[in-house]
Amino acid sequence: MNADLHQLAAQSTPTAAMIKTLGLVSAICGLIIVGAYQLTFDAVADNKRIATERAVFKVLPAAKSIAEFVALPAGGMEKIGTGETPAGAVKFFAAYDGDGKLAGIAAEGGAKGYADTVRIMFGYQPECQCVVGIGVVSMRETPGIGDKILTDKDFLANFTELDAKLNAELKALANEVKTVKHGSKTNPWQIDAISGATITSRAVGKAINDSAQVLLPKIVPALEQLKAKS
Amino acid sequence: MNVTTTRGWDEFMEGIWKQNPTFVMILGMCPTLAVTVSAVNALSMGISTALVLIASCGLVSMMRNVTPKEVRIAVYIVIIATFVTAVDYAIQAISLALYDALGAFIQLIVVNCIILGRAEAHAAKNPPIPAMVNAAGMGAGFTIGLLSLGVVREILGAGTLFGVSLFGASFQPWVIMVLPPGGFFVLGSWLLFFAWLERRKQRKLAETAENV
Repeated sequence: MNADLHQLAAQSTPTAAMIKTLGLVSAICGLIIVGAYQLTFDAVADNKRIATERAVFKVLPAAKSIAEFVALPAGGMEKIGTGETPAGAVKFFAAYDGDGKLAGIAAEGGAKGYADTVRIMFGYQPECQCVVGIGVVSMRETPGIGDKILTDKDFLANFTELDAKLNAELKALANEVKTVKHGSKTNPWQIDAISGATITSRAVGKAINDSAQVLLPKIVPALEQLKAKS
Repeated sequence: MNVTTTRGWDEFMEGIWKQNPTFVMILGMCPTLAVTVSAVNALSMGISTALVLIASCGLVSMMRNVTPKEVRIAVYIVIIATFVTAVDYAIQAISLALYDALGAFIQLIVVNCIILGRAEAHAAKNPPIPAMVNAAGMGAGFTIGLLSLGVVREILGAGTLFGVSLFGASFQPWVIMVLPPGGFFVLGSWLLFFAWLERRKQRKLAETAENV
């Protein structure tokens, strides 16, 4: 009986009441979200900065501080804050050692792996014009197989001095960075794949190559601009 | 007083044992299978879900008298989505590594049927305090469910517990346990175990009944 009455009353809810309730709920919820956003904003920004720094320091162990730059599509580069990246520009990090000297350049790259895009960060050293370290930004490769790219010593040894010289015109890499079958590495620009995780190894090579081909021709001619910490 | 506290306790225990969302109601299987690759992930997913559950049941219950029946689902979803967003920010503030590990499953708490189910079936009909107690019980039950999967999968699949290595370097991880099939294996084993417990209990009851 009671339920019937309740139902009757509910069926004839005027539109205004519904709008009032929805408006009230939205207002309360809006306040809660804004509050949560404000409360956590600083901590989240800090965390993101620390995560980026850590990723850069991992691939360039000499680094003590970083600055974020973008290489512009037309050539040249500019320093950016936390704002938006201009369209077509490629983001990279200049890392400086304790004395404020350029310790290297770190950039991200991505290529299709076995399960999803493997996003890596690599460190580039201008003196030897080579890749000196890699770290994984994100991947969904099979645990125990594809994720060996993080732990396999022989594989990581590829990235102590991986050749990434530019050609004479400074327009592209002199030799494409390429992953080759396990045990068949003969040149310093080749990456020896992990046997059993060839697809993931190849993704790492392709990610470095694609990113370096775009980025390095823009950065290397203008290296002086990065030398001093600003 | 005494009566209400016992009732409150029963209400709380309901979600942990009798109506455990994971093992009895088999609800919320999506995060259960997906994020339980490690104990830490399972625990944080459980706690996040529990917080969302408690907060949204509280608010749903407070609004129950001004919520017209026609728009109730919309109201519930807006409320749940709000608290999910808040938890999402909180996790980003606590640890980005954890945030990446849990991935889209934080946002997907919005459509977790446990929460909408609690809001509709319990919070909308009860005052805030009992509603939140019930929600806390369900949340705890869900956390326990996730944790019992996460612990087993981490120990078997990685040889660690909460990141601490258990067996030393010679341990060869049983990798399939941290892959998706492992989730089904472990869940199945737990369900089997609880079904066996239940059956044993009923047999015992039957035996005592016969003896009497």
